[in-house]
Amino acid sequence: MDWSFPPEAEEFRTEVKAFINEHLTDEVISSTHEGTIHNWDFHKKIAERGWLGGAVPSELGGGGKSALEMAVMIEELQLAGAPIDGMGVAIVVASVVLELGNNHLKESIVPKLLSGETLVSFGYTEPDSGSDVAAAQTRAVKDGDEWVINGQKMWTTMAHIADYVLLLTRTNTEVPKHKGLTFFIVPLNTSGIEIQPVHTMGTERSNATFYDDVRIGDEWRIGDVDGGWEIMKAALKYERGIAGGQFPSPPLIDAFVDHAQTSKRPDGLTIIDDPVVRERLVRALIDVEVCRGFAYNTAFLASEGVMFGVEGSMTKLFASESYKKHSKWFIDMAGAEGLLYLGEDEAPVGGLLDEHFRHAPVTTIYGGTSEITRNLIAEGLLGLPRTR
Amino acid sequence: MYLRLNSDESAIKDIFHSFFESECSIERVRLSQHAGFDTRAWERLIETGAPGMCLPEQIGGGGAPLTTGAIVADLVGEFIAPLPFIEHLVASRLLASLAPDHDLIPALISGENIISLTLQPTKDDHAKLVPAGTIADAVIACKGNDLVLASGKDTASLLRNTADLPLAHRTLNGAETIASGNEAMESFSRARSEWQALMAVALTGLGRKAVDIGVSYAKERYQFGVLIGSFQGLQHGFASTITGVEGSHFLSNRAVSALENDSDLGDKLAGMAFLFASEAALNASATSLQYHGGYGFAEEYDIQLFYRRAKGWPLQLGDPGVEYQRIANLCLPSGKVA
Repeated sequence: MDWSFPPEAEEFRTEVKAFINEHLTDEVISSTHEGTIHNWDFHKKIAERGWLGGAVPSELGGGGKSALEMAVMIEELQLAGAPIDGMGVAIVVASVVLELGNNHLKESIVPKLLSGETLVSFGYTEPDSGSDVAAAQTRAVKDGDEWVINGQKMWTTMAHIADYVLLLTRTNTEVPKHKGLTFFIVPLNTSGIEIQPVHTMGTERSNATFYDDVRIGDEWRIGDVDGGWEIMKAALKYERGIAGGQFPSPPLIDAFVDHAQTSKRPDGLTIIDDPVVRERLVRALIDVEVCRGFAYNTAFLASEGVMFGVEGSMTKLFASESYKKHSKWFIDMAGAEGLLYLGEDEAPVGGLLDEHFRHAPVTTIYGGTSEITRNLIAEGLLGLPRTR
Repeated sequence: MYLRLNSDESAIKDIFHSFFESECSIERVRLSQHAGFDTRAWERLIETGAPGMCLPEQIGGGGAPLTTGAIVADLVGEFIAPLPFIEHLVASRLLASLAPDHDLIPALISGENIISLTLQPTKDDHAKLVPAGTIADAVIACKGNDLVLASGKDTASLLRNTADLPLAHRTLNGAETIASGNEAMESFSRARSEWQALMAVALTGLGRKAVDIGVSYAKERYQFGVLIGSFQGLQHGFASTITGVEGSHFLSNRAVSALENDSDLGDKLAGMAFLFASEAALNASATSLQYHGGYGFAEEYDIQLFYRRAKGWPLQLGDPGVEYQRIANLCLPSGKVA
């Protein structure tokens, strides 16, 4: 085995670190505390470097950053706690449109996505279909040259700042559920769309979006009619390698160490000098190294052109579950002050411990719950029977 | 970056896999349970060149990198082989690094003589609970600021233990000093890290096999009219467990590479990999044992051997809690306020 990154990836790492130093200010990080998990200025700075386009595969006309360079970039941005959800969405949607979209979509959406001017929200989940995403019931019916869409989507995060939604609809009810789906990229300013905020325990805002006789032209369809599952698979394919989530814990660990070094417990001991605290910190640091092994392995597989599946599932499962555990440990070890919210003067490290504790539960849910992920590992890696 | 075995490494793995299949079948492992050592298997291992594979070519060794040793260590774990491959490899490298001209070296390279190292602190001339202590012809021990070599088989008697390991107390009476001071301590620390990293790899192999045994059982055993492997309660336990083992695979192999490349991270990663692999392997064995139901507790079923070995191998180093504190001191600051 060779664990070293090629020189160009290490040079790129240096460049990304310098970029982070310059542009990932405290203001950028704290801007997401207001609920919107996206920072336009930071996003556009990434786009200006050409890194959004760079991440799009070169065979689709992208900038040809290698899989290992992308892995390095995603790692460094996560270690620094940068808001990168929007970046992932832009890269995934641009790649899918370039591979499978029509000329109208390629011309109207891709340039704006890659220049960081616009965002697309994912519209897969519905009130009655979460993990069972192919059970979507939002209807799209052809009426002359137009499509008429009726239904509701949940967790259309960032829809309130996006210009489009990548919308999964049902166009055929007479066939098995995977075979009657069609995707559209719908402009969110179309008449009949309503966006309502869904506030969450983790401060971040998501949305429910409602579609009431929304009429759009066929040029907004992506992929074949009833061929939506192919688009879903393509989106998952491009998410591999650029989706974050491998390193949620390091910013929390850094914050806790800062706090523990300078704060005393009621009994007078400096927190970090407690052996129990130190063991837990080492356990958390070990978990991060395990995540690094998983992340480097998926980067390696991507660099080999391997369409990995279960390897990504294990990475996601381990990273999110360990992060949730860490968030519990660290708020505990800050004592009662750990409860204090962002903005309270006495809150340890500005309230980050509380914020991570409230944010962590969503990471074992979104992008595939831990339970679905374990199903996929049991079936895909261990050959146990499918039970759904 | 290349995170699979390359073609040469795969060939080496295939050769040793055949070796372990014929010499360390589970029947053979059971036969040597009381001794904790299979003499015949070691004699055959000598024929493969494995005992001296990771020693320098200049002194007659195989010249292979530590990463090649890791391929064998993984199989030692998979077959819970009663062979002191890791102790011998690490201790002979330690001796060769300090005293390459030592008379003992040729017999260590060939494997005719077995060498081990102490992992517990020594007191006076007593080395307690020495790994491979009943079979080692020589033992390297830390004694104060000296590294000493106690040669010659003594009459150490086996101490019965959790994991059928050939543990024994050894005397350091008459041992020769081979190095002193900083050089001695740094070399010993390096050997200890190599033992940890290779043990982490072995525990990964053990954990993977333990999951495999449990999954195979779950694909054969019916309850309530269905295969128990169809229950999500078991599926999810297996999935979490194999994820830990796979994590341990990447971390332990990264630690071996870091040591091989003399990276600054070697010591830290070896300790981390060792601690993580210890838990992952035990978790894998305990989970598979649990899913056997009552049979898992029965001596007749193999999974209990894995459960016991998963605890016994790493615990030879002592309480992992102490190791966590050592890693903490490598990675973490102390309080800034008095």
